[in-house]
Amino acid sequence: MTQAVLDRLTELCPAAIAGTSEFRGELTIIIHAPALLTACRALQSDPALAMDMVIDITAVDRYRAEQRFDVVYHLYSLKHKRYVRLRVPVDADPPAVDSVTGLWPAANWHERETFDMFGITFTGHPDLRRMYMPEEFEHHPLRKDFPTMGIPDSLPLPRR
Amino acid sequence: MGIDNLQGDGFLTTTLDQAIAWARKNSLWPMPMGISCCAIEMMATASPRFDISRFGSEVMRFTPRQCDVMIVAGTVTYKMSTVVRKIYDQMPEPKWVISMGACASSGGMFRSYSVVQGIDQFIPVDVFVAGCPPRPEALLHALIELQKKVQREQTGDKTARNEKIFIPESVS
Ligand code: SF4
Repeated sequence: MTQAVLDRLTELCPAAIAGTSEFRGELTIIIHAPALLTACRALQSDPALAMDMVIDITAVDRYRAEQRFDVVYHLYSLKHKRYVRLRVPVDADPPAVDSVTGLWPAANWHERETFDMFGITFTGHPDLRRMYMPEEFEHHPLRKDFPTMGIPDSLPLPRR
Repeated sequence: MGIDNLQGDGFLTTTLDQAIAWARKNSLWPMPMGISCCAIEMMATASPRFDISRFGSEVMRFTPRQCDVMIVAGTVTYKMSTVVRKIYDQMPEPKWVISMGACASSGGMFRSYSVVQGIDQFIPVDVFVAGCPPRPEALLHALIELQKKVQREQTGDKTARNEKIFIPESVS
C-alpha cells in the first residue's frame, strides 16, 4: 500500500526524491530541501495521494558536518487511510527550509515548535515565534550541543 | 462537670499575642498553586476523606489577596517562576510558603534546563515536603508544623521566621 504512494510521487516529481527507506511497513521518503514545496503540493493535491492531514513536524539533530538536521514530516491521508513520512536533510548554516503552512494550516505550531527547539527557520511562515521558551531566550535546547542542565543565567529567575 | 462549668459566666486570661497567634494559625487560607501532578494530592487533601478544614484551611482562595499560605504543588519551570513570584508578591503579609513535593523543592526528577531546581531560589520557603507526590497526610503534617511555627513566630520567637521545616517522606 505504501509502495503506491512512492510510485505515484515518483511519477509526479521524480527530481524531489533523494531516496527512500522502509521500517516495519512504514515508508520514509527522503526529499531534497529545495523541492520540498513541490513534493508537498503533489502529496496534498493529487487525488491518488490526498495527504490532507499533518500529524507532526519535527527535526532530528544528527550533529554531523554536512546536512546536520533532518526535518521530519508525518502526513496522513484520511481518504486512503495511510501515512507517509518525509525526511528533509538541511545544512546547519543557516538551517532553513520552506514553510508548508500555506498547504496545511496545522503545520503552523509544529513549525514554531521545531524552530524553538532546533533553530530551524521556516521560510514563509506567517508568525515564526518561539513556542515554549521565553522570547528573549537565545539558544535552542534540543540541539545536541546544548547542555542538559542549560546554560547558566540564560534563563533569568525573579529576584528573591 | 466539664461542660457545665463553662456554662456560667466566666473569663479567660491570655496575652494579645497569644490570642492573635491562635486565631492566625487556625485560619491559614491556602493559595493553591497547583501546577502539576502534586496538585491532585492537594485536592485530595481538601476532600472529605482527609479534610483539610479540620485545620482551618479549607478556604482555598484563587485570589492571592485573600491567602496566607501558598502551597506550591508541582513542577516550576523557569517560564512559570515569574508567575509564581508575582502571585506570591500579591499575597498580603504575613505569608508563608509550603513547597509540596520533590519537584517544587528540588526540581525532582526533572533535572533539565527548563525546570527550576528548587523554588527557594526565588521565594522564601517555610516547609518542604518530600515525596513524589507526597500523600495528603504529609501535606497535613506540613500544615500542622507550619501552624506550630506561626504560633512561635507570633509570640516573640525571633528566629522562627527564618526557620525551615522538612517533612520527610516516611511521615505518611
Ligand atoms: S513531585 Fe512528583 S507528583 Fe509532584 S509534581 Fe513532581 S513529578 Fe508530579
